[in-house]
Amino acid sequence: MSFDEIYNIALMQGFAGLSLFAVLLLMGLGLAIIFGQMGVINMAHGEFMTIGAYTIFLLSSLTESYAPGLIQAYFPFAIVCSFLVAFAFGWLTEWALIRHLYKRPLDTLLATWGLSLAMQQAFRSIIGPKEVSPILPDWLMGSWSPAEGLDIPINGMFVLGLTIVVTGGVLLALYKSRWGLRVRATVANRSMANAIGINTTRTDRVTFAIGCGLAGVAGAAFTTIGSTGPTSGSLYIVDAFLVVTFGGAASLWGTVVSAFGIAQMQSISEFFLSGSMAKVLTLLLIVTILMLRPQGLFASKVRR
Amino acid sequence: MDAIKSWLGRSGLASVAILAVLLLVVFPLAMDSFRLNLVGKYLTYGFVAIGLVMLWGYGGVLSLGQGVFFGLGGYAMAMFLKLEASDPVSTKIQSTPGIPDFMDWNQLTALPWWWEPFNSFAFTLFAVVAVPVLLAFIVSYAMFKRRVGGVYFAIITQAVALILTVLIIGQQGYTGGVNGITDLKTLMGWDIRTDEAKTLLYFLTAALLLGAILLCRWIQLSKLGTLLLAMRDKEDRVRFSGYDVSMFKVFAFCLAAALSAIGGAMFTLQVGFMSPSFVGIVPSIEMVIFAAVGGRMSLVGAVYGALLVNFGKTYFSETFPDLWLFLMAGLFIGVVMAFPNGLAGLYESHVKPWLARRKQAPAPAGTGGEPPAPTTEPAHKPATVATATTAASATSPSLGTKISSQSV
Repeated sequence: MSFDEIYNIALMQGFAGLSLFAVLLLMGLGLAIIFGQMGVINMAHGEFMTIGAYTIFLLSSLTESYAPGLIQAYFPFAIVCSFLVAFAFGWLTEWALIRHLYKRPLDTLLATWGLSLAMQQAFRSIIGPKEVSPILPDWLMGSWSPAEGLDIPINGMFVLGLTIVVTGGVLLALYKSRWGLRVRATVANRSMANAIGINTTRTDRVTFAIGCGLAGVAGAAFTTIGSTGPTSGSLYIVDAFLVVTFGGAASLWGTVVSAFGIAQMQSISEFFLSGSMAKVLTLLLIVTILMLRPQGLFASKVRR
Repeated sequence: MDAIKSWLGRSGLASVAILAVLLLVVFPLAMDSFRLNLVGKYLTYGFVAIGLVMLWGYGGVLSLGQGVFFGLGGYAMAMFLKLEASDPVSTKIQSTPGIPDFMDWNQLTALPWWWEPFNSFAFTLFAVVAVPVLLAFIVSYAMFKRRVGGVYFAIITQAVALILTVLIIGQQGYTGGVNGITDLKTLMGWDIRTDEAKTLLYFLTAALLLGAILLCRWIQLSKLGTLLLAMRDKEDRVRFSGYDVSMFKVFAFCLAAALSAIGGAMFTLQVGFMSPSFVGIVPSIEMVIFAAVGGRMSLVGAVYGALLVNFGKTYFSETFPDLWLFLMAGLFIGVVMAFPNGLAGLYESHVKPWLARRKQAPAPAGTGGEPPAPTTEPAHKPATVATATTAASATSPSLGTKISSQSV
C-alpha cells in the first residue's frame, strides 16, 4: 500500500467521521434547546425527526405526480416545510402536554414517551409500516472525487453543509436576537425574567416549537442518507441525549464539541473493531466520563 | 382487638393479606395451568415494579434501566440452565460437544472462562443477585456521590440499557445474540417445562413476591424508609441534618436492582428463555409504567399495576394490535397528567372516603361484615379511616392524600 492510498483512506475515514458529526449535531441541536435550555426531556424528539423526514417524502411524492419538472428544485423548499410542520406539531405538543409538566421533569419524560408511542403508531397507520425514501434530486447523488482514489459522497457533504448553516443560525439566534435574549433570560432566572416583562409562557412555547422544528430539519437531512420508517426516530434518541448531556446541558458550544468528539471516537473505533463493539466502546467511554464529570464538558457557571 | 386493627391499618398488612389470598388461593383455583403461568410471568414484572416503588416513589430517583437488572438476573439463571441442558450426551452432534449450541454455531470450541462458574447452582443463585447489585452500586455510587440526580441519572441508566443490549446482540457467540438463550430444559434434573413444574414455580414466584413486599414494607416503616421519603422531598435538609444522602440513594438503587434481578431469574425459570428484548430501553420504560399505573407510592398497587398492564397488553395486542400502542400512550400520558398516584392513589382519594361514608351512614347496622372490596384496585381494609374518622374528616380529601404518601 502506497502512501497515497493510506492518505486517501485516512481522508475518507475522516470524512465518515465528519458526516456522523453532522448527523449527531443536527439531532442534538433541537434537543440542546429543549433539554439544555428549558430542562424538558422530550422523549418524542426522534418522532419529530420522523415527521420532518415524512414531510420530505410526501412533498417529493406530490412533486413527482403533479410537477415532475420541479423534482430538481423542490428539496430546499421541502426542508423549510419540514421545519414548519415539525414546528407546528411542537407548538401543539407544548400547549397540550408540556406546559402542565414544567415542574415535574421526570413525569415529562413518561408523558413524552407515551406521545412518541402514539406518534409511531400514527405513522404506521397513516403512512404504513414500510420504510420509505423520497426521490432525491440528481445533484444530491453520486460522489465527488477531487483526486484519484478519493471519493467523497455528495449527500454527506450536503448534510455537513446544512448542519453548519443550521448551527450557525441557531447560535446567531440564541446569542444575537431578541428571542435568544428572552430564552437566556428565562433560563437564567424565570421569575426575574417574568418580572421585567418577558412573557415566559410564550417564550417557552416558541422555544419548544423551534427545538422540534430543528428536529424536523434533522429528519429531512437524514432522508438523503437512509430510508424512513415509523420507528426510525427512536433509534437516535439515546444518542441525541448523550450528545447533549456529554457536552454540558446548558451549553450549545458543548453540544457542537461533544458531537464532534463522539463522532470521531466512533468512526475511528469502527475502523478497528466491529460496528457494535465500536458503539459499545463509545457509549461506555461517554458514560464513564459522565460519571466522573457529570456536568459534561462545558458546564455553565450557574448558581442553582 | 382495636389495637390489632389499627396496627394492621397502619402497617398496611391487610392489603398484603388480600393480595396473598388473591395470588395463592383465588388465581390458582380460577385459572388453568396456561393462564396461571402467564400470571406468574407478569408477577416477575411485579418484582421490578415494587423495586421502582422503593426507588422512584420513596427515593425520588427514576431509573430507566431496570431492564438491565431484570436481564442480568434472567441471564445468570439462563446460563446455568443452558449449561445443564448442554451436557455432552445431548449435544453430541455438535462439532464441540458439551458447550451451548449457539456457541457451537458461532465456531467457539471451548466454554469461555466466565461461563465456567455457572456450572454451580449455588454460584448462580449468588450471581443472580450479586452481579446486578454490583453494577447498580458502581453506576449509582459514582453518580450520587457527585450529586447527580433526577433527569441526568435517568439518561445515564438508559444509556446503560442501550450498552448492554448492543453488547448482548453483538457478542452472539458468548450470549446467544438476538435470539437470547433458548431451549432451557431442566433445573438440577427437574423438568421445568411440565405443567406441575410451572404451577410450582408460580407459587414460588408469588411467595417470593409477597416476601419482597413484606421486606420493602418493613423498610418503609423503619427509620430508613422515613429518611428516604424525607430525602425525596427535601434532600438538602436531610443532608444538613448530617445524613449521607448519596448512600441512601445507592441503597435504594441496589435494592431495586436486586428485586428486578430476582424477578428476571424467576422469569427465565417460568418462560424457559431469556433474550435481549427484555433488557433494552423500551422494556425498561414499560416497567416504569407498571409502577406508575399501580401507584408509585404503593407496593401492592405496583403489583396490581404490573398485572393489569400486562393483561391489557396481552389482550389488546392479540385482539386489536393497532390500538395497543395508542392505549399504552394514553396510559403514559393519563397517568402523568391525571392520576400521578396511579390506581392506589385513586383508591385512597375516591374509594376509601366513599367506603368510610357508607360504613358511617347505617350507623347501628354497619359492623362485622367485610366491606365490599373493589375488584381491580388494591383493596385496603378501611379499618383505621373508618374508626378514626368521624363526620368531620370523612369527607375531607386532604386526609386521603396525606395517607396516600404512607400507604402500602
